Amino acid sequence: MTLNLALNAIISGLLLAGVYAIASLGLTITFGLLQIPNVAHPTFIVLGAYCAQLLNSFGLDPIIAGLLFTPLFYLGGVLLYQIYFQTFERRGCSDTLQSFTFFFGVALVLQVSLILVAGVDLTSVNAPYIGKSLRIGPATMPYRLVIPFVIGMTVGLGMWLMLMRTRAGLALRAVAHDANALRICGLSPTRAKANGFGLAMATASLAGAALIVVSPVDPFSGTQYIGRTFAIVVLAGMGSVPGTLVAALAIGVVESLVITFVGATWAPGVAFAALLGTLAIRPSGLFGIAR
Amino acid sequence: MRPITRRTFGKLAAAASVTAAAPIRLAKSAEGPIRIGFSIAQTGNIASGGKAGLAALELWRGDVNAAGGLVGRQVEFVVYDDQSQASNVPGIYAKLMDIDKVDLLLLPYGTNLTAVVMPMVVQRNRFVIGQFEIGQNDKFGFDKFFEVAPWGPKPGANWCRGYFDLAKRQGYKTLVVVNSDAEFSANAASAGAKIAEEYGMKVLSVQHYPPNTVDFSGILRTVNAAAPDYVFVASYPAESAALIRGISEIGIADSVQMFGGAMVGVQYAQQLASLGSALNGVTNYDTYVAAPTMNFPGVGEFLERYQKGAERDKVDALGHFLPPFFYAGGQLIAAAVKAAGTVDEDKMAKWLHANATDTIVGPIKFGPDGNWVESRIIWDQYRDVADNNLDQFRKPGKQVILQPEALQTWKLAAPYSKARN
Repeated sequence: MTLNLALNAIISGLLLAGVYAIASLGLTITFGLLQIPNVAHPTFIVLGAYCAQLLNSFGLDPIIAGLLFTPLFYLGGVLLYQIYFQTFERRGCSDTLQSFTFFFGVALVLQVSLILVAGVDLTSVNAPYIGKSLRIGPATMPYRLVIPFVIGMTVGLGMWLMLMRTRAGLALRAVAHDANALRICGLSPTRAKANGFGLAMATASLAGAALIVVSPVDPFSGTQYIGRTFAIVVLAGMGSVPGTLVAALAIGVVESLVITFVGATWAPGVAFAALLGTLAIRPSGLFGIAR
Repeated sequence: MRPITRRTFGKLAAAASVTAAAPIRLAKSAEGPIRIGFSIAQTGNIASGGKAGLAALELWRGDVNAAGGLVGRQVEFVVYDDQSQASNVPGIYAKLMDIDKVDLLLLPYGTNLTAVVMPMVVQRNRFVIGQFEIGQNDKFGFDKFFEVAPWGPKPGANWCRGYFDLAKRQGYKTLVVVNSDAEFSANAASAGAKIAEEYGMKVLSVQHYPPNTVDFSGILRTVNAAAPDYVFVASYPAESAALIRGISEIGIADSVQMFGGAMVGVQYAQQLASLGSALNGVTNYDTYVAAPTMNFPGVGEFLERYQKGAERDKVDALGHFLPPFFYAGGQLIAAAVKAAGTVDEDKMAKWLHANATDTIVGPIKFGPDGNWVESRIIWDQYRDVADNNLDQFRKPGKQVILQPEALQTWKLAAPYSKARN
């Protein structure tokens, strides 16, 4: 019985990690690589959830709905970055409290807009796989967690390949290290950063679709994920996509085991204790800064 | 001295009459509207209840003002959004009392937010109407406090007794308690565990979890491993949905005869529609359902008017759970003001303690602690609920009342695993 519980706890933790991973990948780019304190990212995820719900109300699967919205989110991210660049980076104010406050303001405006348009009630989606599980031997895996896990890992792998193998990805990694060097090579750091920010926003659309499959959301749901997503990005090592996946898996499994064997109340504390412990031993995080 | 002519005397008399009447006219216009002040959650995680309650209160205010107001005065609200944050409440109520100087107060919606302002209103000796808090007057015994929710006497310890009365009637002996680590749910779980022990039942385990947990598979497996006769859950909306979905995914032990209790959220239209058939078999608390035993005068007409405006106001589409009681709170104020003939908080309080008030949720009579003399919390079970169909809940049949016996419309379907299907 204990083995059965432990096995299912580990599997639940791994599946939940998919949700954490997809929610954190965008921040890995903006905060980890580009050093932009985009605290509005979780609120954009909630916006993605509402967009998925909108198309789902016409019968479309929420994940496909999230995929369809990614180009719009990408363009929105590019536009938001341009505003941020003109207002702060161009004037050399990117490391100031004002730039941090800018994104808080964006989050608040977005949240209030969602309240005015969609109301304050919880909203959810319908899909044939919600409420059903995949059973393999003693393991039971709810589809509403399996699907976000698959999306999280797929997007993470795709993002890693993009960063490692494509010119756009190399430019993004390069601008994180030395924007002037990139300029000397004839590439535009601003364009590289705008592309990165747009990609991060595009992941928010998919993350929102995954989130609303897992659980109902309301305009305030973003605040529940701010702490965890930033913790995962820091634990991973700033800018490391593989690190983000590993950190999400670690936190997901630790939380799930603690919920099952110790008590659910302890779970968030233990997860953040793991973060602090890791940083004490390895301040750069599990995988350091991506090169 | 010149003699006073009749013309002069007439002018003097007219002037004297005007002067004598003026203070009365001036006093009346200086009184102005009756200002009722409160904070309510219009944003934040309990905003869905707060906004629905506010919509009901606005309906009441419109009705009262259309009928000429109270004691000749129109009713005005001074309302602030507390953002579902208890930390915002004391400052808001200090402003309401000391700067806005409102005539009457309503307490915020919910236990967590009322807890922080009760000491202030008790100290300032203000007449207050509680709006779905639980047990916050148990320790104060304040005689100007009146709660609109039908919890019954000493609600902190007893509001969920009906669930355990039902379990006792069925002969159940063991249970597991599952609750969120928040004031309302923790209090409900604690009270429930005590009642169970009082009835000689064994609490096999108590499972706490942090608010906004989305995956309950670990907890549900632990519940199944314990194999209790029934499960008592105290949870908030998103958690309630996740728990019910989790049961569909993980399954529930056949030993569990009854599942539910104090799950907040399953009363709301959005969750009724989206959870649909997953709700079947759940036994939970409610305040109003469409049932033949709950046809109080005025409630049907109120719900019709509320539902018409619900989409425009973006509030709960059905309005069964909270709005009728918020409206009744307004009716309590109206009755007390009319009976006292004035907005005198002492007189209003005395009258409400001495008299029953007819409202759209039935007659309300208060005990010394400001709660209803008799609990009218209903415990209902979901039956034959179809997916994505809100209209089914406007008619009797989908939420059958099991407890209290006076309002009962059907019997418990058990075990829970069978009742789900």
